Amino acid sequence: MIHFPILRWGEPYTSLETTQVHHFATGEPVAEVSQANPGMVARDLRKGAERARNALREIPCADLLAMVKKGGELFKSADLPLGDGMQTPDDFVRQQSATTGLPEHMCRMNMGKLEYVLSHLDEVLRSLTRRLDYDILTRGFGEEDGVMRSYQATTPVVGMVLPSNSPGVHSLWLPIIPLQIGLVLKPGPQEPWTPWRMAQAFFQAGVPKEAIGLYPGLGEVGAAVLNNTARSLIFGGTATVEHYAASPGVQVHGPGFSKILIGEDQVDNWEQYVDVMVDSVLTNSGRGCINCSGIWAPRHTREIAEALAKRLGPIAPLPPDDPNAELAAFTVPGQAAAISADIDNALKEAGVEEVSAQYQDGGRLVSRERCDYIRPTVVHCASREAAMVKKEYMYPFVTVVECPQDQMITSIGTTLVATGLTEDPAFTRALLDARNIDRLNIGPVPTVKLNWLQPHEGNIVDFLFRPRAFQQG
Amino acid sequence: MTETNTTEANSALDAWVREIIEWHFNPDTGCQFWLDWAQQAGWDPRQQVQSFADLSKFPHFEDDWLRGGPVRRWVPKAYADRPTFVFETGGTTGIPKSRVTQADFRIDYELFSDTLPDASFPKGSNWLMLGPSGPRRLRLAVEHLAQHRGGICFCVDLDPRWVIKLIKKGWTEHLKAYQEHVIDQALTVLSAGHDIKCMFATPKLLEALASRLEENGSSLKDAGITGIFAGGTEFTPQWNRFAHEELLDGIYMTPTYGNTLMGLAASPPSGPENGYKITYYAPQPRAVLQVVDVDDADQVVGYGDTGRVMLTTLTKEFFVPRFLERDEGEREKPCEQYPWDGVSGVRPFSQLGASTTVGVY
Repeated sequence: MIHFPILRWGEPYTSLETTQVHHFATGEPVAEVSQANPGMVARDLRKGAERARNALREIPCADLLAMVKKGGELFKSADLPLGDGMQTPDDFVRQQSATTGLPEHMCRMNMGKLEYVLSHLDEVLRSLTRRLDYDILTRGFGEEDGVMRSYQATTPVVGMVLPSNSPGVHSLWLPIIPLQIGLVLKPGPQEPWTPWRMAQAFFQAGVPKEAIGLYPGLGEVGAAVLNNTARSLIFGGTATVEHYAASPGVQVHGPGFSKILIGEDQVDNWEQYVDVMVDSVLTNSGRGCINCSGIWAPRHTREIAEALAKRLGPIAPLPPDDPNAELAAFTVPGQAAAISADIDNALKEAGVEEVSAQYQDGGRLVSRERCDYIRPTVVHCASREAAMVKKEYMYPFVTVVECPQDQMITSIGTTLVATGLTEDPAFTRALLDARNIDRLNIGPVPTVKLNWLQPHEGNIVDFLFRPRAFQQG
Repeated sequence: MTETNTTEANSALDAWVREIIEWHFNPDTGCQFWLDWAQQAGWDPRQQVQSFADLSKFPHFEDDWLRGGPVRRWVPKAYADRPTFVFETGGTTGIPKSRVTQADFRIDYELFSDTLPDASFPKGSNWLMLGPSGPRRLRLAVEHLAQHRGGICFCVDLDPRWVIKLIKKGWTEHLKAYQEHVIDQALTVLSAGHDIKCMFATPKLLEALASRLEENGSSLKDAGITGIFAGGTEFTPQWNRFAHEELLDGIYMTPTYGNTLMGLAASPPSGPENGYKITYYAPQPRAVLQVVDVDDADQVVGYGDTGRVMLTTLTKEFFVPRFLERDEGEREKPCEQYPWDGVSGVRPFSQLGASTTVGVY
């Protein structure tokens, strides 16, 4: 069986404790993963974090950029070490699908997305650093247009507590190595594949092994990563977001509650936007924080819900290797049933109706022997006060909410991506000013369509470097 | 040889069971709780229990019976005039479970003392108790162990109930600060010229102390420690290996398993030769650990199989029949040193995992 060792600054370490990851449909073990212990993480960070950054600072940022770009190519197309053998790109896709429940074509799409980001990383970093000379980051200071600039790294390494559900999120940590900051990765239990393969690709491309640590393990290993790094990113649910909300060194990525907001001026043209809505809800099986889980409009909400239900409702589970598969499996026992029960409970409120049910004989929950699916769910909410409007789940689920335009922004709550379908300057201005919206699209842009040159939930460069005054006498 | 020893151990256990049952259910010597229980149950254990196997006639001991007073109902009549301690477990919220004791903790730790190698735990050397304080058995028991071996025990203040509250509230920063506060105390004691060579520590605190010493350019060995008695929370073989390979630098460490209801289960040395597997053996006949079927606690699982840990405590101060611990593990064969069953791989019982806060200190 494939074995994932721990990587202690690039050095493989086989733990006495292992867990197995299983094929979601057959239950067959696919890989065995060495489990780190929290003390090991703490000790390695204490002894190796500065060494990781120093090793990277020996290499100019431009060279590191070339290395990770090469790493992106290798990630997408090369055979790379895994266990006792090699892993082809096709192996990767099949294996990732097998343990995450994501259809293979979506795994391939995410693989391509990561390669795309890496191949354009120089542009991404130019944008995020506002064309700062990278040498200034390396040296800590330097003149730019006759002005002294100084940036101090806030940490020698960044901790990453990664999820299992959406391999696309790995794009967020790709710019870190070229900024000469090391990586400590704690992979999601069902998704050891991407961090491992990306690390191997980076190593083959010349990135120093002592710059990357990989520590699979349970929650307390994740806590050790967070507790022992000055800057870290964690992915989790609402509870995780609330837990770390007050921690300035922890950037939390939780549910996005991303939405499409239709203005008064465009709502009568709603039929033009159905494709944008469907893409926003369905892409990547609705697993991402950038997937739309709420469509808000001042009227026609019933018709919009009906139209979405007609498109989304008939979608049913297909085998993971079927190129038409749109739905990912729920691989954690009981999770889908709990979600479905939560929806049933919220549907009891007056004015809340599951419009997609008419397309789903046998109900939304599809239980298989070893996994479950939930079919796309479209719920019409006649009132913005309904408890259902605050729901978001890890599959294509969307509420269509009736709400006057002038009350939308104050009612939608925190929103990672908002697509405003409007040409009204006043509403556009209000959306631009709304501090509860992070990424804003004006016009028919699917919420899932990201411009990689722009920051995502904060600029990673600002998170990792502190601008400060510096004078040299 | 081992088989003969096991047979002898079983005979000794049966004889001890008869003595203990006679003691606890005799109106002249027994405690009020068990005398009342027998009256309500309508059968006389003194008649019907003649061997360890006969204890299956008792229901499983419920630790909730230990909540609240009067705690004197647990004191055997024959010992009513002896000085009595009460040790608590739980109690972060609500009423803790209380166990009264008089000399048991001393006897248990004296027996445990016999398992410690003098080379690593030199007689007469002083100890550091890096574990919970307050109404805990460990606090007094470790101090007695040190005294029994001719040493003096230095302690820290550590309130595990506050630690559990910090974990449950998610106050990570406070949790870290409290751990640092505890380690600060330990460092102060170690730096004060007390000639400490031995210590008790929980795995987490041992790790934290070793880390801090390493940060300061020192080590447990440099601090003078030669022997560590560790316990209080779960040990994994991986942690055991990590500690031996990266923290201890040759210092002898003996993992233990115990709680307020039982004595102290010791473990023979472990290392790379046995995959750092830790196997605990109860201090039979005063306590017996069995590994039983999760769905049928009357069935002991086969050797090497996994089951729930079931404890029976048989001392003249305290009778605990068939208590289902919140732990599971694998049943292990008797060994030369301990000719009775052991348990390895002890970890929180998976079916209770969600409701248990572990790794507190």
